[in-house]
Amino acid sequence: MKNKTRDQCGRRGERIFSNVCILPSFLGVMLFFLVPFCIVIYYSLINNPVLKDFVGLENYTRLFSNEAFTKAAKNTAFFSLVSVPLAVVLSLGLAMLLERNIPGKSVFRTFFLSPLMVPTASVVLVWQVLFHNHGTVNQIVEACGGQPVDWIKSPYGQLVIICMFLWKNLGYNMILFMAALCAIPRDIIEVAELEGAGAWYKFIHIKLRYLSPTILFVLILSMINSFKIFREVYLLTGNYPQDKLYMLQHFMNNTFNSLDYQKLSAAAVLLALLMIVIMAVLLVAENIFGKDVES
Amino acid sequence: MRRRLFGLRNRRRMFNGCVLIFILFAALMFLMPTVLTIANSFMTSNEISANYGAMFSNMTEKKKVFIADDVNLKFIPDKVTFDQYKAVLIQNSDYLMKFWNSVILTVPITVFQILVAILASYGFSRYPNKFKSIIFFAYIILMIMPYQVTLVPNFLVADKLDMLDTRKAVILPAIFSPFSIFLLTKVMKRIPVSYVEAAKLDGASELKILTKIYMPLCKGAIVSIAMLVFIDYWNMVEQPIVLMKNNTLHPLSVFLSEINTGDIGLAFAVGTVYMIPTVLMFLYGEDYLIEGITYSGGIKG
Repeated sequence: MKNKTRDQCGRRGERIFSNVCILPSFLGVMLFFLVPFCIVIYYSLINNPVLKDFVGLENYTRLFSNEAFTKAAKNTAFFSLVSVPLAVVLSLGLAMLLERNIPGKSVFRTFFLSPLMVPTASVVLVWQVLFHNHGTVNQIVEACGGQPVDWIKSPYGQLVIICMFLWKNLGYNMILFMAALCAIPRDIIEVAELEGAGAWYKFIHIKLRYLSPTILFVLILSMINSFKIFREVYLLTGNYPQDKLYMLQHFMNNTFNSLDYQKLSAAAVLLALLMIVIMAVLLVAENIFGKDVES
Repeated sequence: MRRRLFGLRNRRRMFNGCVLIFILFAALMFLMPTVLTIANSFMTSNEISANYGAMFSNMTEKKKVFIADDVNLKFIPDKVTFDQYKAVLIQNSDYLMKFWNSVILTVPITVFQILVAILASYGFSRYPNKFKSIIFFAYIILMIMPYQVTLVPNFLVADKLDMLDTRKAVILPAIFSPFSIFLLTKVMKRIPVSYVEAAKLDGASELKILTKIYMPLCKGAIVSIAMLVFIDYWNMVEQPIVLMKNNTLHPLSVFLSEINTGDIGLAFAVGTVYMIPTVLMFLYGEDYLIEGITYSGGIKG
């Protein structure tokens, strides 16, 4: 499909029209994101906004020796590395389960999507009820003879956050996967069945192949959403949560509040660089895996 | 042979049953917070403090009402009242004001972001060239950034343009957020070129192609993207806090997060009221949401 679009030769005016269409968005992005981001890069290279002495990478080295930053980076990396793959795998699993002939499929689908509707703050309230020291989960744990844990204020907090993230995002990811599963050509699967392919073979060699663009897409969406989980963590625990829950976003928020722009800019630039690397890797991965099924 | 077949069928049925039970359980877990919020909004505030007060007993002054030591999860109120709603909707105009603040922030953001996105995605999906793909890659990076990274640039611009503490400071950057462009471009790239060629043969201009072919074909996607954008901004907390110090302008979502620590008796009713627009949208657009981004896949589309 892509190649066909590339081949279409339009007249000059038409090409210009398509460029003009991008213009409003591009100007907005320039004004609100790109240009100010260049200023942020500049800030990350000077010592303070008044003297404006160029100090090279000093802000960055200071950042790496900053304990709060390394802690936050570790926690965030751990959270993303665990929750994003989990979100992809679990939602794919759910989608495949729901793909079977199950009565009331569309009702289930709505149930799974319902987390999208609930305001974040109300969700946080409910989760507090569940995971409070004397909350529901602990009551169940006690009833089963276990030791109650203060979930939110202990290292288990990460588990709570991961659950929360999954709860919020599985539904929509599942919908995307279900749509993609429907789009797999039936005849290929039928041929495979005729040839005696087992369920496992069908899954690995046919379904996963056709799903790979969607998997990448869900991966990206989940990544974006994994950064948004800060909202919930923040509402759940405030500015200075338990050690294991201290995320990069907390770090940035707190540095922002203390007006330490140099540290903040350096952290922002580092994060941006990291994102560029991750996206480049994903793009390469897409080129490798997505090619033969694209048309 | 027959027995074996029977066994196989039986096993399959058993398996399906297990799947059904598992899904039912999972689905109920997913639905639980929604139901809980709505159900608890009909409780009297005494009942709520009795059940959930323990969570906040160390934060607020000891109230005189009886507070259980445990936090009780309760679905069915002892007594159904509309007191909370009365307090939220009639007695105190504060909540309605905040609700209106949310509307006046979120609706323009959604509408204009979608308009910008329709134009831009059309531009990106027609006549691709090197420049466009570079810009598009930059957009993806921008989209994936945590909000805290763009927060500094946003703050700087708002400061320079004298917009701090006004609604514009929140609305304008959000309009140009590339999330919807990313999604919509991918959908538009899947539109068969033959449609466009046929229209061109009939003498349609580019604008006509956009409005008469691309937009109708993408209607489902546009609606579902608009829903996602709306829900996202309807729940925003960070942006207003940072960009608008004046809390009379704050949307209800910010206020709702503060209410949790204070007057918890009202929290569920406010939460339910706040849920109404998203629920209505769901009723209208769930099918679009499910079918909308059907063609989704990959980064480049």
